[in-house]
Amino acid sequence: MKILVCVKQVPDMESKFAVNSAGTWIDSADLAWRMNEYDEYAVEQAVRLKEQVGEADITVLSIGPDRVVETIKKALAMGGDRGIHVKDELSHDKDPFQIATLIAGVAREQNFDVLFFGMQSQDRGSAQVGVLVGEMLKMAVVTTVVEFGFEDGRITVKRELEGGNRAKVRLGLPAAVTCQLGLNTPRYPTLPNIMKAKKKELTVVEVATLAPAEALVRTRNMYPPSKKGGGLVLEGDAAELADKLVRILKEKTTVLK
Amino acid sequence: MKVLLIAEYRDGTLMGSTYELLAFADKLGAETVMFLAGSEQVQPAYDGTLYLAEATDCGEYNPEGHRELILSVVEKEKPDLVVFSHSSYGWDLAPRVALALRAPQISEVVEIGEEGDYVVPACNAKLRRRLAGEAPVTVLTLQAGAFNPQGAPSGTPHLEKLTTTTSASLEFLGYEEAEKAEVDLAKAEVIVSAGRGIGKPENMALVAALAEALGGEYAASRPVVDAGWADHSRQVGTTGQTVAPKLYVACGISGAIQHLAGMKKSGFIVAINTDKDAPIGEVADVLVVADLKQFVPALTAKLKG
Repeated sequence: MKILVCVKQVPDMESKFAVNSAGTWIDSADLAWRMNEYDEYAVEQAVRLKEQVGEADITVLSIGPDRVVETIKKALAMGGDRGIHVKDELSHDKDPFQIATLIAGVAREQNFDVLFFGMQSQDRGSAQVGVLVGEMLKMAVVTTVVEFGFEDGRITVKRELEGGNRAKVRLGLPAAVTCQLGLNTPRYPTLPNIMKAKKKELTVVEVATLAPAEALVRTRNMYPPSKKGGGLVLEGDAAELADKLVRILKEKTTVLK
Repeated sequence: MKVLLIAEYRDGTLMGSTYELLAFADKLGAETVMFLAGSEQVQPAYDGTLYLAEATDCGEYNPEGHRELILSVVEKEKPDLVVFSHSSYGWDLAPRVALALRAPQISEVVEIGEEGDYVVPACNAKLRRRLAGEAPVTVLTLQAGAFNPQGAPSGTPHLEKLTTTTSASLEFLGYEEAEKAEVDLAKAEVIVSAGRGIGKPENMALVAALAEALGGEYAASRPVVDAGWADHSRQVGTTGQTVAPKLYVACGISGAIQHLAGMKKSGFIVAINTDKDAPIGEVADVLVVADLKQFVPALTAKLKG
């Protein structure tokens, strides 16, 4: 079985963000980078599928500048077999259709049986790339998966719906799956596995060698949201703050008798 | 401008988000047509043309079949926009429709921008982006709760029935209901909710103690539930419960969109966070910038005292 997992490197969401000089994306200086949280579930599920079927090979793909190699290596340390780095300094300027076109371009000739994606990225949150790639490659696609099973050559998943309800869906191979939080518990790479990952095959593909797509969505600008008018900010000593807040709650709400 | 609204139906019920699509179209002042894969028995209150496919024929979760049906309506109506809710139905189906049309898709729209653009959140709602589509038809998904209907919906749609025989590569095997809640958060007047910022499971006790001192219930955001520190039945947000208590106290909750959608109708919102710029500040009436491990026990003691 040939498995592809697509991972994205995103900034730590606890960061302070500044807009770049073009006004279209974040300033990447001084940010800490990590694997998109949803993608960790995708990597874990790919590794579990390999553990179940035995004969399987997991390719980990990421698009971006040189730093994304660290994210690929983390996925290899979690159990991926080989990495593909699509080297693209301008990936942050590409829309979901362009990113999906690049991934489909790499994947098309390799005849993967199962593709795993996070259901969305934490920085853009478009929730489009996994669906687009699967559709471009004419695969069955299912999104928002919180339970995954493989039996008799078919995948059975549970999709998470609003209100915590679920829908059970079965699909054949080849298939693309997008993973929701809570699907599994992503493993921490162990030190020996981190060392092994350094020796695993990593192919670099220059983005210029892939067929590009025209952008369908243009970013006009980016800015911090406006704060709610009149929202009060309290700072200081904990005990004094508690006094202040109790006074406010007595004044503004009816919950304190 | 003409917009095609993709209404939503599940398990015998019309989803309320359908009316948010209409509120969005009203805001644009656009002409509307609607599509629903559902049931003639469950029609939206809507004064316009409704293209209806019976879900019993085309399947409730059959994105490939629904895509073909929607494409047939697009061909006939030539809309400028195809609009979905940003929901498990919408984000699954919208990219399929967009790809078939070679249309741009803008996900999770929270506002209508100037000059034909749309505003979406980025980086956990800490930033906003204005995006525009570069094609005659653009596909949108709308964030839950971003476009609220004004007044009660009314009208009886003019039905145009659609039929399909599309076979699907996905086999829908049925629904599974969420486990029954041990508490009905919808009835609580006060909710004290814990987020990832509580740091460790032991700190749930601080949150629960404050909830008790305020005569309310404790709740949690998704990461806390996923970590197993609180039961799913206490989760607030799009995949948990939607709440509207008189007082909502958010402890260590940064304010991810999905959480805000579940609690922003609360009467009075207090956020306790070490980060003054956390997006929860957007909806909070009071933001207490403090370490919750110190502040929450101080507040609880004061309330009991």
